Amino acid sequence: MYKYDAIDRQLIAERVAQFRDQVRRWKSGELTDDEFRPLRLQNGLYIQRHAPMFRIAVPYAMLNSTQLRKLAFIARTYDRGYGHFTTRHNLQLNWPKIDDVPDMLAHLAEVDMHAIQTSGNCIRNVTTDQFAGVAADEIIDPRPLAEILRQWSTFHPEFAFLPRKFKIAISGTKEDRAVTWFHDIGLHLKVVDGQVGFTVIVGGGLGRTPIRGQVVRDFLPWQDILSYCEAILRVYNRFGRRDNAYKARIKILVQALGVEEFTRQVEAEWVHGKGGPATITQAEYDRVAAHFTAPAYETVGEVALPEDKAFQRWLERNTHPHKVAGYAAVTLSLKKHGIPPGDITSDQMDIVADLADRYSFGELRISHEQNIILADVRESDLYALWEQARAAGLATPNIGLLTGIICCPGGDFCDLANAKSIPIANAIQARFDNLDYLFDIGEIDLNISGCMNACGHHHVGHIGVLGVDKNDAEFYQVTLGGRQGNDAKLGKVIGPSFSAEEMPDVVEKIIQVYLENRHADERFIDTLDRIGIDPFKNRVYEGRAHGKAKAAQKEAA
Amino acid sequence: MAQLIKNGIVAVDPWKTLEINEGETAETVALPAGDLIVPLAVWQARQPELAGRERLGLLLQPDDQVETVAADLPRFAVIAVNFPKFVDGRGYSTAALLRQRYGYTGELRAVGNVLHDQLFFMKRVGFDSYALLDGKNAAYAIEAGFTAFSDAYQAATDEPQPHFRRRA
Repeated sequence: MYKYDAIDRQLIAERVAQFRDQVRRWKSGELTDDEFRPLRLQNGLYIQRHAPMFRIAVPYAMLNSTQLRKLAFIARTYDRGYGHFTTRHNLQLNWPKIDDVPDMLAHLAEVDMHAIQTSGNCIRNVTTDQFAGVAADEIIDPRPLAEILRQWSTFHPEFAFLPRKFKIAISGTKEDRAVTWFHDIGLHLKVVDGQVGFTVIVGGGLGRTPIRGQVVRDFLPWQDILSYCEAILRVYNRFGRRDNAYKARIKILVQALGVEEFTRQVEAEWVHGKGGPATITQAEYDRVAAHFTAPAYETVGEVALPEDKAFQRWLERNTHPHKVAGYAAVTLSLKKHGIPPGDITSDQMDIVADLADRYSFGELRISHEQNIILADVRESDLYALWEQARAAGLATPNIGLLTGIICCPGGDFCDLANAKSIPIANAIQARFDNLDYLFDIGEIDLNISGCMNACGHHHVGHIGVLGVDKNDAEFYQVTLGGRQGNDAKLGKVIGPSFSAEEMPDVVEKIIQVYLENRHADERFIDTLDRIGIDPFKNRVYEGRAHGKAKAAQKEAA
Repeated sequence: MAQLIKNGIVAVDPWKTLEINEGETAETVALPAGDLIVPLAVWQARQPELAGRERLGLLLQPDDQVETVAADLPRFAVIAVNFPKFVDGRGYSTAALLRQRYGYTGELRAVGNVLHDQLFFMKRVGFDSYALLDGKNAAYAIEAGFTAFSDAYQAATDEPQPHFRRRA
């Protein structure tokens, strides 16, 4: 993975000093709360429900074992001994003290980490596919260009105060695993006539106004990505709405102008930057790409793996094809039933760091599904790895299954939330705790967000659950049919929302309709596409008064 | 009164900024003698009257488009770019365009809600004078505000080559 050199270290060291000084000036009253707010946000520091929340960047999902041990140390020393991985690869700590944050940043800087631009109205952490570099279906490794984009976006002087936050995702595989259709800029690497470049998608996003992005340029040579992004950002910075935070994302600008006019403006702007100094040189690409060369894989023969049923289940769900024969990528599940999805303790972090050193060249990744990936494991080591991961509570075989839920921190922690999300996830996990049943149900994405900001990506879950506030009570709206990937689309709301207590039953009824209707080997989403949303809706609302009946009931009461 | 930071010191500001008060319009507002910074609308409405002045300044608001004055730039000794709120970042693009695309070489001044922690970015996009908000510590801003970082990755007005093109 990328190793910092002199300038990278110098800039994050200067960032630590700058933030320490900003905290000092804020405490002494030289900076008002309003003046300090964007400064702390651009260092990942929120003021939340119980305490500040601190978000540490994991650029394009890559960590080494030394860094993970440092995260374990920081969570143990300055927080309550655990952290939460988010859908954008970042690690969140829920209980730090503001006074400690400069020291926490200094500790991070020791291992080439930071919290730069993990929040605020600026260019955020660039995300990509957790299997980058090892995926069997990879066309181009996106990580060198992700790192080049990270550097370009870091302290960009023109784009530090955008109308709203700005998220970029890159995918280099046939199947998009980076949710690129729902980012401010989504980039698909591809090869056309021997030339490497991007399809550039702009204006996607989840949140309050979920919109699928649109293609602004079908092919952009890789060398031009910085100048092209600058053109997009400049059009957005100048013309994006600033009068209403809910209408300030670039997706609203793209909708307002229409994609043709937006594209025309970007292309007109790009004429000036095209071929200029921001054009990436081959030398720079090669310099950065040299950090992402393949590790020293061994030639390994066929191995016979134990027949143990529990192990076989884990193999089926938690290991993934690797481009090198004899190796596999492994997902360590942070979705153990009953634990907040994405949470990991400091002790578990230390264990994962050891496992990475022992079995995966000392590196790991974070997936947007909030799990940890060991990307380069010898098949002959899988059994030993499984045993150790299982002992640490990290081997729940539910990746891609109903209980492998994506979930935001929700109303237990987050100030923005309308409703709790973690208890809903845990209640559903408790209902579907039988592995035979879970495996029989098969592949299904269940995503939960505690509010319309959609940190839990509920819009793109096959089943999506959104926490809503109704007269100060927490309710949950259910969507069906959302999906990520190449055919990414938004789920449809099935009807009136439910109370928290109803949610396990609602999910169970949806699953029953699927099981009754599925053809052999048909996944949930395929059955749903074939039979449509109505059978699910009818079952879920069976016996419940709604529409005219409900109105009549109310009138009678 | 803001504190004008220029060339590393708090400088005396000879310029007055013309304000259009209630009941006045760009067409009717009186144009006092002396070094005057005028809003874009006044420049557009009163060019013949302003033509005789030896020195003239222009005030740009966040939604003023620099393209509309691109041809007039040599006429201005100072262009003030207003930041009504420091979190409104449009002025950074305005400055970058003035310097990089339209070749403006006169004084480029950040005015309005100008604060210590944005000075580094302002300098990078091409500002060279800064009307620091009154009551803020100008000496400390001069000492520390412009040098928060000793280098930068991206090209900008102050360094037209990105770091990767300056590697040995």
